[in-house]
Amino acid sequence: MALASESLATLRGIVGAENVLTQPEDVIPYGFDGTAALKQPAECVVFPRNPGEVAEVLKFAGQNRLPVVTRGSGTGLSGGSVPVKNGIVMCLVKLDRVIQLDEKNLTILVEAGVVTQKIADLAAAAGLLYPPDPGSMKISTIGGNVAENSGGLRGLKYGVTRDYVMGLEVVLPDGKIVWLGSQCVKDVAGYSMKDVFIGSEGTLGVITKVLLKLVPQPAAKKTLLATFARMDAAAETVSAIIAARIIPCTLEFLDKITIRCVEDYAHIGLPLDAEALLLMETDGHPAVVEDEARRMEQIARQHGADAVVVAQSAEESARLATARRSAFSALARVAPTTILEDATVPRSELARMIRFIQEVGERHRLRIGTFGHMGDGNLHPTFLTDERNHEEMERVEKAMQEIFDFAIQLGGTITGEHGVGLAKKRFLPGAIGGASLDLMRQLKRTLDPGTILNPGKIFDL
Amino acid sequence: MSAKPPQLAHLDYSVLQQCMHCGMCLPTCPTYDTTKLERNSPRGRISLMRALADGDLELTEEFGKEMYYCLGCLACMTACPAGVNYAEMFEAARSDIETAGVLDKPKRNFVRWITVKFIFTHPRLLRLLGRGLYVYQATGLQGLVRRLRLTALLPRSLRELEPLTPTVRRHFSDALIQEVETPPQRQHRVGLLTGCVQDLIYSEVNRDTADVLLAHHCTVFTPRLQSCCGSLHAHNGELELAREMARRNIVAMEKSAGSLDQLDAIITNAGGCGSHLKGYAHLLHDDPAFAARAKAWSEKLKDIHEWLAQIGLQRPACPAQPERVTYHESCHLCHGQKVVRPPRDVLRAVPGLELVELPESNWCCGSAGIYNITQPEMAGKLLDRKLANLQRTGAAVVASGNPGCSVQLEAGLRQAGRNIRVVHPVSLLAEAFRRAETGAKKPTPTS
Repeated sequence: MALASESLATLRGIVGAENVLTQPEDVIPYGFDGTAALKQPAECVVFPRNPGEVAEVLKFAGQNRLPVVTRGSGTGLSGGSVPVKNGIVMCLVKLDRVIQLDEKNLTILVEAGVVTQKIADLAAAAGLLYPPDPGSMKISTIGGNVAENSGGLRGLKYGVTRDYVMGLEVVLPDGKIVWLGSQCVKDVAGYSMKDVFIGSEGTLGVITKVLLKLVPQPAAKKTLLATFARMDAAAETVSAIIAARIIPCTLEFLDKITIRCVEDYAHIGLPLDAEALLLMETDGHPAVVEDEARRMEQIARQHGADAVVVAQSAEESARLATARRSAFSALARVAPTTILEDATVPRSELARMIRFIQEVGERHRLRIGTFGHMGDGNLHPTFLTDERNHEEMERVEKAMQEIFDFAIQLGGTITGEHGVGLAKKRFLPGAIGGASLDLMRQLKRTLDPGTILNPGKIFDL
Repeated sequence: MSAKPPQLAHLDYSVLQQCMHCGMCLPTCPTYDTTKLERNSPRGRISLMRALADGDLELTEEFGKEMYYCLGCLACMTACPAGVNYAEMFEAARSDIETAGVLDKPKRNFVRWITVKFIFTHPRLLRLLGRGLYVYQATGLQGLVRRLRLTALLPRSLRELEPLTPTVRRHFSDALIQEVETPPQRQHRVGLLTGCVQDLIYSEVNRDTADVLLAHHCTVFTPRLQSCCGSLHAHNGELELAREMARRNIVAMEKSAGSLDQLDAIITNAGGCGSHLKGYAHLLHDDPAFAARAKAWSEKLKDIHEWLAQIGLQRPACPAQPERVTYHESCHLCHGQKVVRPPRDVLRAVPGLELVELPESNWCCGSAGIYNITQPEMAGKLLDRKLANLQRTGAAVVASGNPGCSVQLEAGLRQAGRNIRVVHPVSLLAEAFRRAETGAKKPTPTS
């Protein structure tokens, strides 16, 4: 059933007629996010221009029991911003003001719809760094990053989005606007409520402003690329680097299938018989970078690397990084449907996990390319498949279940940085257990008693 | 109204399905960047095409408008991680729109008939019109009309377009270039495409291209009467006419060179045309008489900069003439053909030129075929953005490898009263070769 025309009239009254979309040609493109094979037609998309309008829309939705799905640029990878039936999609891309870059306190205050890349660029222009760099940062919004607690390539050394959020403005389901956190590095005044909303996937409140911490830009960076004939040699290299008290800013991994796809696509001269490839980067003080790069090269060689290339210039660094940067593109063009997963295990279990994924792929006759963040145990097993092939999709489902079960068995998690949304909902109970799930449900009921915010995502009530 | 879109439904579904809607195209799309609405984005448009192919959406006027709001700049294809063939989908969609007639209006139909279906399918007529326009401009009549404000008598849409009118050259390509020209040292044999618009308003670029080819030891075959490459037709929903243009060009080149086998390469110097010309193999793959010839054609088709890079770009031995130049990338050269570095290398090969990078160099200038005529508002915004970026470079010269871009940039610079010269990279190289030949003498002015 479509939204009643009085409801639409009210929404138009709140945000202005030009900021309410209902025509099929306008709303069909809001029926999905970046997640493969998940679709639900949107009926109505609204674009609030300020937190006040967000509050009014939520109040109205609450009175009428209408579900509201908050969305930024729709690049999520777990279906978190896929519309809910008979609901409103609230798109925050028009909340895109940068309010203040504070160079004294090293913070930046922005509205939720600001694109992550813009924050990174503004920080860089001031000689600062905003470290979280999710793959979609060129277009993802910071509000979406906070709602999903996005990660990126620099997780090991610099942490994830949560580690940079100092404060949030949140509109609660009843329309109240609250400010959580402060510009103080130390602040223990009451519960750390902002942390409740970080990673809440749009189910508890609508984030409208974000105060972020910035750090000084490292003065130097050095890039190395190593290839290995054995997976274990790569895994041992990673362990040895960490054991040598080096925390690289990048420690990325490509498996055999991914290496072949990358070479087919980018022709950078990677050895096709290699089982594993590691891209390593260290950043910081030039002397330290020089020393760490030298030691990492040594460690890689000691642990059986076939070849180690150390970039001598910024251009060469960029060229080496191409191998990792084009991994997803290279895989995605191989098959019509690309399902990107993010099973994550403790670093010590990486080699076992990767071998298991390869074995599962062979057993189910599936193509799974794996790459990911070796430093923080966050892997991206990527299924190259075709959603029209139902029989194959069933095998994909089975394989996925096995991979998640094994990750949990190793003390890992079903999602490192993409979130649960719809895609991982059925795996959540197994991953966290009943008591934790009940606590989450209790929290949801308390903050959103009318269940209007993103219902049916993460878990059912 | 026909609800089933013949072309879109005919496409292999995997072409539509290849889009995984990750959103990486959004920041590179000029229309999305302007409106922030998903329907104005590549993945949004693909979702509409997919809805149409799935039968979830009728082929409506709104759909038609959306597909014509797209510039077809193909920046999305550069950004796409999954290798989606947006160009093919976009042409199929526009073809379906024309077949269904959802945008039919008497005026639109008339204008399309005159231009797409009539003038640009008749090269002799096009040259005749060009000749008429040349006389109008050369006799000073155009200036007089402008001074007397007679343009005010034109209907508004034409009046706004009038300043865009490019200057027609006195001599067209066939008068400037002989059918076969031979260098002293013969290493390669190439066919030269002179284009339709290029032939009238930038015929000297064709002469310059031939000169540069000769300097690179290429024997040059230039068919006398060449048709439009058909990109205008393909981009405007007339795929059948596009096929006809392709056949004609293949036949004309075969006649000039004996056969395509005789040629090492077929050279184009217009980015927009080149992108389409390279696609003849696909366009004619169903045509038994032409499929094999079109395949050979596509394999040999090279943009001039690309070809020079392939055979070894030569640096003219002439005295340096210091000048700051910047490079504007034609969308279909960089996004359509992925030719990015070779034009810059051509500029770097000219002694004395200082190449400064243009911010957002691969962002559409708004010309986009006939987009500046059909969507003047959006085209104007893109032109303003381009002009602002040009200003930032401090360059005296902007090089562009596509006549559509050059017309757009010249008109914009003229209206803004900016003294920046627009030239083809190859013309700068040709000038340098001429300087090298004549020693330190001043170069002969082109056109």
